[in-house]
Amino acid sequence: MDFGQIFNLTAGELIGVFTAAYALCALGLAMHFGFTGLLNFGQAGFAALGAYGYAFAALKLGWNMWGSFGFGMVCAAVFALILGLPTLRLRADYLAIVTIAAAQALYFFFGTEKYAAFTGGSNGLSEFGGDFYGYNPFPVGRYDLGIITLSEKEIWIRVVSWGLVAFVAVLLVILTRSPWGRTLKGIREDEDAVRSLGKNVFVYKMQSLVLGGVIGSLGGMVFVLSSQTNQASTWVSNFTFMTWTVLLLGGAATILGPIVGSAVFFMFLMFTQAFLEGLVNIGALPFLSIAQVGQIRYLLVGLFLMLLVIFRPQGFFGNKKELQFNG
Amino acid sequence: MANIEQIAKGAIEPGCAKVDPILVASGVTRQFGGLKAVDVAHLEIPRGKITALIGPNGAGKTTLFNLLTGFDKPNTGTWNFAGKDLAGVAPHKVARMGMVRTFQLTKALSLLTVIDNMRLGAQDNPGEKFFAAFVRPLWANKEREITERADALLTRFKLDAKRDDYAAGLSGGQRKLLEMARALMSKPELVMLDEPMAGVNPALTQSLLEHIKGLKENGTTVLFVEHDMHMVRHISDWVVVMAEGKIVAEGPPADVMKNPAVIDAYLGAHANSDLGDVEIATKEGN
Repeated sequence: MDFGQIFNLTAGELIGVFTAAYALCALGLAMHFGFTGLLNFGQAGFAALGAYGYAFAALKLGWNMWGSFGFGMVCAAVFALILGLPTLRLRADYLAIVTIAAAQALYFFFGTEKYAAFTGGSNGLSEFGGDFYGYNPFPVGRYDLGIITLSEKEIWIRVVSWGLVAFVAVLLVILTRSPWGRTLKGIREDEDAVRSLGKNVFVYKMQSLVLGGVIGSLGGMVFVLSSQTNQASTWVSNFTFMTWTVLLLGGAATILGPIVGSAVFFMFLMFTQAFLEGLVNIGALPFLSIAQVGQIRYLLVGLFLMLLVIFRPQGFFGNKKELQFNG
Repeated sequence: MANIEQIAKGAIEPGCAKVDPILVASGVTRQFGGLKAVDVAHLEIPRGKITALIGPNGAGKTTLFNLLTGFDKPNTGTWNFAGKDLAGVAPHKVARMGMVRTFQLTKALSLLTVIDNMRLGAQDNPGEKFFAAFVRPLWANKEREITERADALLTRFKLDAKRDDYAAGLSGGQRKLLEMARALMSKPELVMLDEPMAGVNPALTQSLLEHIKGLKENGTTVLFVEHDMHMVRHISDWVVVMAEGKIVAEGPPADVMKNPAVIDAYLGAHANSDLGDVEIATKEGN
């Protein structure tokens, strides 16, 4: 077994594009759940709208990178408005029900052949990153980063996606430490009390829903830009729940939490994959096939999450006094 | 205690007119299925005074509070606060107009610090707007001013030692104090306290009563719900009695205690509860 390679693969995930994409989606959820108390179980829908919005604008409308990014974000914002208008006046549970259903509806909409002219149907959309990679300042070549070697495109998408993570994190730090953020935390604790103090709770919840959704759409965009392929099958509810896992790993009411949570989550997935495959290859696990390893690691993730909720319910960075996972 | 002439205009009876009312409600009804929880023909609350709203459990006091502050919608009725019509106005707008309430089950924002709870009570902080929140210079001055006011109030309510603790760590009585202090951050004209004394230990009750009196001295009108008539006697200028959704009596505390309608209301509804209170009230009436 090549431990050097296992280590390199695992460390590579630390700067992976998917790690950044999930970190962005989880930062959006932190806004929703950690700082406002909104239960959004449809983050996959927001990410899908970002991804399809970008791909559609770039391919079908011929827009450049900036316009396509903007279009993806606007799609997510409109989706948030539509979901929020009827549900944010009601109890938190209703938003959870509506978001999970709406995200599922989007998944079917994007996957159906009926609208293939817009969405590409089950094949999805691909090769929409031309303008994005046109901005790439890195000359063509292979770049040896010590533990992994990346192409110029792989470097560029990593720079952009982690740049976005840093930008969003700074944005959220500023916002959550402002009086605006304080009002949101008040709403998380008891919205009637905040109402009785003269704040328009509905408007605050809507702002939070839109902001977190738009951040999620950025995650969706970098997710599909890495391979320039976007298929409906990516945006299943599994995506949402993995985002929740990432959020709870790191700590729901923190900014650093979702980022580190995402890194740990993907390093754990990669490590277990590589390690178990290594064990199977040397015959140490005769009852497992290589194909089963991919499934087994998710069982381990589930176990890991259970242990976390039992022994460290506030996540890695959460303040136990401030917020822990209690639904 | 103020003179009756300074408060009531004309005969003292349920729904009587006041010299200077701050809150006037007419024909307010709220039905829950077949039950008419609130059925108030007319009610006026005198400005600058402490008015107690008393009555047995289930009399509709809290429901009336919810209706007047916009937290619940009545089936019929109109009401106005300082001359402004309030029917159908959203609760946060009611609060901004200067009519702030507290809750029977204390709503301290547990996982915010005490000082943040207080800051949240202030109005017109530009930093509470989404885009302004990014630009600290736009709100730093206001925030400083709010914090100073909050610290002064915390000192007055003897919560200054708890300033940076989470509100979850306060005792029940301290939470009541915090909720009251937080309501004052908006400089309200009328404070509506829903059972401020419930669940508060006797030592703290005295200081709470003093704080309520202090509000009046600062020119704030107080309307508070209570169902212990003895608490009420010490601090209120005027007492309104509700039973089964209706206003059954009102007047100065000493007179109201003698009123047969009040004794009826308490005896009738309190058949299984603390009769001692009613008995004392009756004796004092005689």
